[in-house]
Amino acid sequence: MADEPQTDSGAMHSELPVTHVDSMRTWGFVDFAELKEYRDLIYFLVWRMIKVAYAQSIGGLAWAVVQPAIQIIVFTFIFGGLVGLESDGLPYLLFSTCAIVPWSYMSGAMSASSGSLIANAAMLGKIYFPRVIYPTVPIIAGLVNFGVSLVLILAVLVYYQVAPTKNILLLPVLFVMMMMVPLAFGLWLSSLAIRYRDVGIVMGYFMRLLMYTAPILYASKEIPEEYRWWYILNPIVGVIEGFRAALLGSASPDMFIRWDSLITGFVVLLVLCVSGVVYFRRMERLVVDVI
Amino acid sequence: MSKALVVDNVSKLYRIGNTDTVAQSGNPIQRFLLRPMANFRKYRSLYNFTAEELSGQQEDKDILWALRDVSFDIEQGDVIGVVGANGAGKSTLLKVISRITPPTKGRLSIAGRVSCLLEVGTGFHAELTGRENIYMSGTILGMRKHEVDAKFEEIVEFSGVGKFIDTPVKRYSSGMSVRLAFAVMAHLEPDLLIVDEVLAVGDAEFQRKCLNQMGDAGKQGRTVMFVSHNMAAVARLCQRGLFMKGGRLIQDAPINDVVYSYMTAGGGSESEREWTDMNDAPGDDTVRLRSVKVLSEEGTPTGTVDIGHAMGIQITFDVLEPGHILSPYITMVSDSGLDLFSSADSNKQFEAQPREVGRYTTVAWVPAEFLAEGTHYVRVVMRAMNRQQLAFRESDVVAFNVVDERNSGFGHTWWEGKPKGVVRPSLNWSFEFTEPGMVIEG
Repeated sequence: MADEPQTDSGAMHSELPVTHVDSMRTWGFVDFAELKEYRDLIYFLVWRMIKVAYAQSIGGLAWAVVQPAIQIIVFTFIFGGLVGLESDGLPYLLFSTCAIVPWSYMSGAMSASSGSLIANAAMLGKIYFPRVIYPTVPIIAGLVNFGVSLVLILAVLVYYQVAPTKNILLLPVLFVMMMMVPLAFGLWLSSLAIRYRDVGIVMGYFMRLLMYTAPILYASKEIPEEYRWWYILNPIVGVIEGFRAALLGSASPDMFIRWDSLITGFVVLLVLCVSGVVYFRRMERLVVDVI
Repeated sequence: MSKALVVDNVSKLYRIGNTDTVAQSGNPIQRFLLRPMANFRKYRSLYNFTAEELSGQQEDKDILWALRDVSFDIEQGDVIGVVGANGAGKSTLLKVISRITPPTKGRLSIAGRVSCLLEVGTGFHAELTGRENIYMSGTILGMRKHEVDAKFEEIVEFSGVGKFIDTPVKRYSSGMSVRLAFAVMAHLEPDLLIVDEVLAVGDAEFQRKCLNQMGDAGKQGRTVMFVSHNMAAVARLCQRGLFMKGGRLIQDAPINDVVYSYMTAGGGSESEREWTDMNDAPGDDTVRLRSVKVLSEEGTPTGTVDIGHAMGIQITFDVLEPGHILSPYITMVSDSGLDLFSSADSNKQFEAQPREVGRYTTVAWVPAEFLAEGTHYVRVVMRAMNRQQLAFRESDVVAFNVVDERNSGFGHTWWEGKPKGVVRPSLNWSFEFTEPGMVIEG
């Protein structure tokens, strides 16, 4: 209460670093110094997630290749073969592989990240460490799967003999954006989900919405030009168009870098990530009481 | 000496039993449409408190004050025992100090690193090996990797898991995984160690080992906060005590005074335990313990018995599978942790005959003029004779105080105060008397 006399906080003398905890609901950003103290924990949590995912399975990490491969085959058969969707003049297999591999990562990391607080409810109530670690761990852990599944992209590039162009220099930027997608949604949805379990219920539909409003199964030029400004507000559009341009630049004249979707996507992601962190930090104090 | 912890006017409020305005109003369709709005308000109000509610002037039945204006300091190197009945706010206090949940009012300052042991095996994952779990649990509890590296051999040694260290923990016996989890905890070196009742698991010998380890932690100048219902352990380990009641700190004094107040308040030590949920009840698929009660001579539940009256320990258990020869027994434990005596079910018909499925309620009667004054704890064990194993073994299930209301003892003639010993049986003393002149010497 504001009108209560404040006790002298200088009463605390210690050679150890002093942490103050109070009842204020603050607007804060990530405490990077604190996160650094917990870097070993982050490492082990990531490592545990990877290890546990494939514990007692015969396939192990091979599943990281098989799962998207099956998806690619099904989509290529249905949309490329039966429906005969236009794919920017490229073989549909090549076209879809370059989108489905990053999308698999983004969707997997996003749902794990969004559900991370609920899934760890028991641990949240028993031990403190910076809560922002929970939604971050699946995003880092997913990279291992993603790295392995890059084999698929490499395979189709070699098979169709696509030569790399200088567009490939864009890849590091795309990797960062690809990680920002689950981070942005994970921060927002995990902290919303602790109060409103509705998030878990609509999560499946939300993911499909994101997927169908991005050019994963179809070419983005199918979207009429006058709607493009709305269309590229979905940051996944920029990431997918970017991946295709970076990898398939020499395969089709349509595969050029579209800066409009890249820059818009990056700005949208940045806004979502920063606001997500702030909202998460505000909500994390309540996690244990409300969950 | 510098401060390890300053707790300044900390309160923690919870909103419970939200009144549901929609349920009583309108027709079903209206209710269906209003429901989301009402839910939204309800979930928001879970953590929003008005200034009026925070002032605590009015008693609001919706609001639970888990902590109310708690203030105290801890010096570095103090070993503090927190006592109080269930629901007194002990666990909430620990959760606020360990930053698991923020205070609703007030503030606190903590020096250095805190490790909080609220349960055994936080961060343990059944799929990981013992070695991996040591690292996982160690870092979750606040250690750095190099610190775990340095302690690794010691932890393995302490746990006695030895050659199974690279086996997934899911293949361990429950005892083994508990010991491993404890071993990690026992080797933490935080600036402030918070321990909540976790010692209630594990076998007696291992418990003793852990208590010693924690005692050492205190001696090494580390600050420890220890919550327990085990007064003997609290009294042995701690110098200072905090007595919590109804969310308030009602006494902050040397540990012996606090233990005394707690005991005389009939505190904490429950004289009745019941497991309403079958799945939580101790036991296995053959038999489950459902309740244990301390009975007065008249057969009514009580927490305090007079030394001049008999008393009973009533055990209720459900037999779930036919064909087992089951024998319950109790062990009476003194407040200093000493096993006083054991007594097995004396009903002869169950010695060789399997029990039918159903509920059994049995009472072990302890005679009057037998137990000494003080707090007694009861361990309840169920042996499955034909399988040669224990179906359950529950320590400190119930506790009760033996008092001497008549102050009969040795009356005013007893010049040393209280009688000595852990039991105080009333013995039959016979005598012979011979007049002086009649004594024949030689």
